[in-house]
Amino acid sequence: MYPVSKKTKSLKRLMKLMASTMRLAVVDTERCIGCQSCMFACSRRQQEGGLASSCLGVKSIGGMERGFMVIVCRACDNPPCAKICPTNALTPRDGGGVKLDIAKCIGCGRCKDACIIGAVFWNDERDKPMICIHCGYCVKFCPHGVLKLEKTREVKQ
Amino acid sequence: MNSSYLPSNILYIDLSNNKFWIEERPEVFEQYLGGTGVAIQLLKEQCPPGCDPFSPENPIILAIGPLTGLFPLASKTIAMFKSPHTGNLGESHCGGRSAIAIRLAGYGAIVIKGRSSNPTYLAIHNDKIHFRDASTIWGMESVFTVGRIIRENEPGSGLRTIMRIGSAGEREVTYASVTTETYRHFGRLGLGAVFGSKRLKALVISGKHSLNIKDKTSYQKLYDDVYQSAVNSPVMQKYHDLGTAENILPLNEIGGLPIKNLQLTRFEDAQKISGEVMAREYLGRRLACSHCPIGCIHIAALREPYGDEPYFYKTSMICYDYEPMYALGTILGISEPESYLKLMDEVEKRGLDSMSTGVVLAWATEAFEKGIITQNETNGIQLRWGDYKNYIEAVKSIVNKTNEFFHALAKGVDYAASQYGGKEFALSFMGNEMPGYHTGPAAHIGVFIGARHSHLDNAGYGIDQKILVNRHLTPTELVEQLLTEEYWRQILSSLTICFFARGVYTPKIVRNTLHSVGYDLTENDLRKIGEEIHHEKYKFKTREGFHIDDYHIPNRIFDTPTPIGQFNRDFLIDAVKILKEKISEW
Repeated sequence: MYPVSKKTKSLKRLMKLMASTMRLAVVDTERCIGCQSCMFACSRRQQEGGLASSCLGVKSIGGMERGFMVIVCRACDNPPCAKICPTNALTPRDGGGVKLDIAKCIGCGRCKDACIIGAVFWNDERDKPMICIHCGYCVKFCPHGVLKLEKTREVKQ
Repeated sequence: MNSSYLPSNILYIDLSNNKFWIEERPEVFEQYLGGTGVAIQLLKEQCPPGCDPFSPENPIILAIGPLTGLFPLASKTIAMFKSPHTGNLGESHCGGRSAIAIRLAGYGAIVIKGRSSNPTYLAIHNDKIHFRDASTIWGMESVFTVGRIIRENEPGSGLRTIMRIGSAGEREVTYASVTTETYRHFGRLGLGAVFGSKRLKALVISGKHSLNIKDKTSYQKLYDDVYQSAVNSPVMQKYHDLGTAENILPLNEIGGLPIKNLQLTRFEDAQKISGEVMAREYLGRRLACSHCPIGCIHIAALREPYGDEPYFYKTSMICYDYEPMYALGTILGISEPESYLKLMDEVEKRGLDSMSTGVVLAWATEAFEKGIITQNETNGIQLRWGDYKNYIEAVKSIVNKTNEFFHALAKGVDYAASQYGGKEFALSFMGNEMPGYHTGPAAHIGVFIGARHSHLDNAGYGIDQKILVNRHLTPTELVEQLLTEEYWRQILSSLTICFFARGVYTPKIVRNTLHSVGYDLTENDLRKIGEEIHHEKYKFKTREGFHIDDYHIPNRIFDTPTPIGQFNRDFLIDAVKILKEKISEW
């Protein structure tokens, strides 16, 4: 095995910093064609097919002719979902949003109810919330530039 | 093979007794893949020989495939049933959210039998099946309103399909369609009328299951390859840009665009209703089916003043595509986009197949012009080329079957011509109204010998434009080419891959994607399975009374020159002979 160089270490640190300060954002819902490729991409990132584990959602605004809602975690600074979590399974993430410690989660669903935009998705098969980690994998599969990965508003050091 | 990768659950629904049950049938998916291949087996099992299409015994089969929900562009649902329009094999394909919803609700196929004692809609949410009373929405004029009501009434937003019929389906017009997601359809061959005969107003399906993958690493890589090849393909880009409406001008230019009941094949006014004009002046939004990054669905925004009050407008969002623009446009001599859009809106609202409706109206207009029918038959409606207002009235009369004449029109152009005459210009093939391609013999022979008499069976129009314009083919060569393409399309439709993506899903890609869900098949195996599925369809057709010798091709097809000259009747007769020999071998 090669020794881990200082360069790699600092790159890893940078990556970590980057990952914790980027968030997924919706550029323009009017560009959305409703293909849901992003939702399938999210499942695929988690080594699954189907949609049970998808952490974002696309649905029509009551009829496709009027366009779509694209629901993604907004990476709140003071996330209501974490505040209400009774077991500290959800904790605020540096730079906004939350981290989920699945071992602590009891599946009570309060986080889901606390998110008024519906961005805490629910995996019915595991009975656990699905929380966006703002990795940006879905962005690569949005054919029309609806999604992007951007820096969070405030970068906490 | 490991069946956990297959959508092997089949949901059976008995509307007569409000019962449902699930059977696991991995073997049929292993042998016939899914979609068309599985549906024809289930139809053979479920449809009693000689059954009346409107009887409770006629089953509705909806099937998806093993790639649905795992790979992009495999998002079609295949419907099979006995067609009330032709009295034989009914097969119709539909996108929207239908296929993904069926798969993620946990099913590979749904079989609906029986007849409900009162109007019903079915709500299938994962493993929960509800028989809901639809009395309140039965008889509702607009299929759009029905969609809105069910949207409010049911969960699963973003994950559901809402299949519904309009008044045409309720009233058993034999070419009534089933609408899903407002703009997609099981259009052809009358599935809507079969729904109506079962008093089934709608079918809502939603689900959010996960799907197993055999080899996760190769799956990701393969997915990326398919996805990239789709989004970078110039052919797919065309479907997104202007969409199929792009065909109007080139077909007009070569003289293959049916106009005024195919009395003509090109007209100056084509410029006014081109795909380019539609995009520039009317295109309001483009949409995609679930799990398809292309987005070929084109929706026009039409703003109209109400007229009774200043500054009072309505804006309608109306779908356009090449085939409806041909059928509710050029073949009726309509070249004003607004006229087409208004007529299209009416046809959509009532839930009719736009293609059959247009061809029926075109025949009626010519019959009216020739004096074969008069205002006595039409209840005073003046059928004139381009007069969309009267066509809208005629559409209403067809759905309401206001008199004997419109009753006849509600059974299709073959039946109407058999009652009133004018068979030589009644444009249908084995009972199904013709598609919008007068490109040459391959288009027509293709529709004629195709198992569902659709231009999508084998795309004969492609052979006309790519091969026959350059060189002659013997009837044997032509039939071979058409059948080879049709065999391969059985594989695509068994995997419920959109035919628009046929260039993306090459035999090699199909083999590899299937490998990732546990099938170990060579390209040669696939071709054999495709051929077998096609033969299975023909066996069903033969069982239900199909005779190749019963063919009738209207004189108009031979009389109006195609871009490659006049279509020779002997050529057709030779082609039929060759097909007949082949059928006897199957």
